[in-house]
Amino acid sequence: MTWHPYDTWIVIIGALAATACALPGCFLVLRRMSLMGDAIAHAVLPGIVVAFVLTQSRASLPMFLGAVVVGIVTAVLTHWVQHTGKVESQAALGVVFTSLFALGLILMDRFASAVHLDLDCVLYGALEIAPLGNRVPLLGLDVPQPVIVNGAMLLVNVGVLTLFYKELKVSSFDPALATSLGINADVMHYLLMGLVAATVVAAFESVGSILVVAMLIVPGAAAYLLTDRLSVMLVLAAVIAIASAVLGHVGAVLAPVVVGYDTLTSGMMAVAAGLLLLVAMLAGPRHGIVSRAIGQLGLGVRVAQQDLLGLLYRLEESRAAKGRGEVGLARRQAMALLALGPVRAWLVLDGLRRREAVQRDAGRYVLTDAGRDEARSLVRSHRLWETYLQQYAGLRADHLHLSAERLEHATDEAMQRELADRTGSPRHDPQGRQIPE
Amino acid sequence: MLGGLVMSMAGGFVDDLLRVLLLRDYNTRVVVAGVTLLGLAAGLVGSFMLLRKRALVSDAVSHAMLPGIVMGFFVIVAVGGTGRSLVALLGGAAAFGVLGALCIIAIRRYTRLKDDVALAVVLGVFFGLGIAMLGVAQRMEQAQVAGLDRLIYGKAATMQPTDAWTILIAAAGALVVSVALFKEFALICFDEQYARARGWPVAAIDLVMMGLAVLVTVVGLRAVGLILVVALLIIPAAAARFWTDRLLVMTVVAALVGMVSGYVGASVSGLFDVATGPVIVLAAAAVFVVSLVAGARRGLAVRLVSYLRLRRRTAMQHLLRAMYEQRERAGGAGASVEELMRWRSWSRPAAHRLLRRARRRGWVEAGQGRRWRLTEAGLAEAGRLVRNHRLWEMYLIEHADIAPSHVDRDADTIEHVLGEAMVRRLEQLVEARAMPASPHAIGEEGG
Repeated sequence: MTWHPYDTWIVIIGALAATACALPGCFLVLRRMSLMGDAIAHAVLPGIVVAFVLTQSRASLPMFLGAVVVGIVTAVLTHWVQHTGKVESQAALGVVFTSLFALGLILMDRFASAVHLDLDCVLYGALEIAPLGNRVPLLGLDVPQPVIVNGAMLLVNVGVLTLFYKELKVSSFDPALATSLGINADVMHYLLMGLVAATVVAAFESVGSILVVAMLIVPGAAAYLLTDRLSVMLVLAAVIAIASAVLGHVGAVLAPVVVGYDTLTSGMMAVAAGLLLLVAMLAGPRHGIVSRAIGQLGLGVRVAQQDLLGLLYRLEESRAAKGRGEVGLARRQAMALLALGPVRAWLVLDGLRRREAVQRDAGRYVLTDAGRDEARSLVRSHRLWETYLQQYAGLRADHLHLSAERLEHATDEAMQRELADRTGSPRHDPQGRQIPE
Repeated sequence: MLGGLVMSMAGGFVDDLLRVLLLRDYNTRVVVAGVTLLGLAAGLVGSFMLLRKRALVSDAVSHAMLPGIVMGFFVIVAVGGTGRSLVALLGGAAAFGVLGALCIIAIRRYTRLKDDVALAVVLGVFFGLGIAMLGVAQRMEQAQVAGLDRLIYGKAATMQPTDAWTILIAAAGALVVSVALFKEFALICFDEQYARARGWPVAAIDLVMMGLAVLVTVVGLRAVGLILVVALLIIPAAAARFWTDRLLVMTVVAALVGMVSGYVGASVSGLFDVATGPVIVLAAAAVFVVSLVAGARRGLAVRLVSYLRLRRRTAMQHLLRAMYEQRERAGGAGASVEELMRWRSWSRPAAHRLLRRARRRGWVEAGQGRRWRLTEAGLAEAGRLVRNHRLWEMYLIEHADIAPSHVDRDADTIEHVLGEAMVRRLEQLVEARAMPASPHAIGEEGG
């Protein structure tokens, strides 16, 4: 395993193509048109074949134009079948692109099979050999042609997206608003479709359709999980696309060492993008599965801690009233009453002890002064809520407790004051228990 | 002599045609039987997927099968097989198909990514993985990888009797499950919320449905390949949807469309030596286009006719109402075309056309001095319409608190569809007399 200069070129080509795809892809993700990329990637086949048959050459420009035309035709046809034909949107897309793809296969079979318009090449790309083709001098460097093609496409995408940033943004998030602002949402739709089609085709030859399909959506999807701002999402998508290209090729270079055989870089790049998406799904700061689980756990622990404080306060109350009863709770009692497992018991009880709301006294947990203040406030919130719910919401007496039990955790001081004002600062709750000050 | 050549060529073609269409060859019989059954099963299962708005799930799932196919290949090679064991390849495909479906469900459930993104990422990443693995496989045993290619692009012409039997069994299975769970499938297709509320295991039913799609896709790989098998799951069902609003009929029609496409595709490709898969798909697409235009229930032609009919009726009713209100204002001397044109944005020819049509129906007659008058029958019909219009206006003013200046347009659209029962109800609500006066100024500003 060694890293050759052409490995660097492969990464550069892959990164350029991936970024060029990821930018318009973000808008596909936002507009819920993610499958359009896959559809166009399949549907352009007849365009490529017809262009080839007409010009009898494998020159890039006619094929490029043919494919872009068919790409836009795909979008128009899908729109027409969906809206005029009243076919469900996914089915409309499916009907159109599979039919066009089948047509392309037959055309190729009839007219182009003799000249090896290689389907495998369209599908897998030829990233491995891309740096070995024509070279073009640029800025004193001998730059492989695919770098120029994909770099140019990236520049076009960046340019168009910058130019129509506001229009695309508004029409993606709020088509009605866009229309009322005088933005033609249809024009934006077909502009985006044209851009996607051009990007797909430009990247085809060097990186293969499969990488294109993955890179259109996966970086955008990952970025969508990491941010709520469109501008940040675009930048993140570009970063993820580049990272996928680098990681993918490193993976491909390492493959012979690990599995004993070479593999295909384009596939590995798609896999790398998938892994990055998985990381974003799990570890995204706000929408990630892990961070949401941690947030839920934290909330659960906080609620359980507050419940425990309330419980200890009520125990003290009843002990003071009756003049007898046990002091505090043993760990096992607390765990049973709050239905805590060992881990959550540790988080709840030791958490409370660490912030000195409770202390251990002869093996039993009792309130500290600070803990008692906190608990008093909670119990006050609870009983004020019970009073309020009875007065204003007309809940039956036996239904008050559960609602108050939930609301007390979300009640701050201001709301407590408001509740007291609304209920006329009562001294006792509906069950006749004293409301602590 | 030339004629004789043509004759013999034509004769040869007819022979070919009959040989293929009447299934004289054993090979042709196998292929036709296989793809016809495949079309049946795909149409059937596709109907449910379409109504569940999951038409493209099969696309994602079929792409997700590629790594499974290659995995199956690796397993065969590892145990020293020849790499041609179809069972292992299809087993791997099925396993990864299910895995892909589960990933889609998980992404939808646990992240904020939408349906379409879930499908697209599973499709792209799994297929990428498959390509990477295929890259490895290609470098291992060049000759044997050809078997994998057949599954990606499909090659019906080389189908063996065992393939046809496999499809037969799968189709029978899909049919049995669909019939057995027809009620459950129908319920979650049309009203998932209701199914949930009634305590149906929606997730499990969904999984069975997706399982059927995976099954059809797997057996279809061999015949038409993993990209085009998707078409068979979508197109026949979408075509059937134009013909009926009943699920049972739709599934039967979709299955028939699938069968016919399969039969036609296999025959044509047998005759002209083109790949079977694409021809089947194009046959189905042709049926789709015909259905789109001529479908008895939702086809364009039917909808266009009923649209034109409605427009004609609406225009006629507008004419009658204009004449009635002109008569209210100016008396029974009738209306000139110019006067009528002030009520609506009719062009002169359009107004004349309308008047001629109304005369044919006996609602208007030509009066003196190029004026037109309502006949007795026309007066009754126009009176009914004007009354409906004004009842609705009064209802809007009294019960919906809409300003009198705003009710006309609203009443204008609804007057054409007010039924008998609705009119009686309106009469009660607004306590209407025989013919109420218009609640707003009517006249040249638009009536």
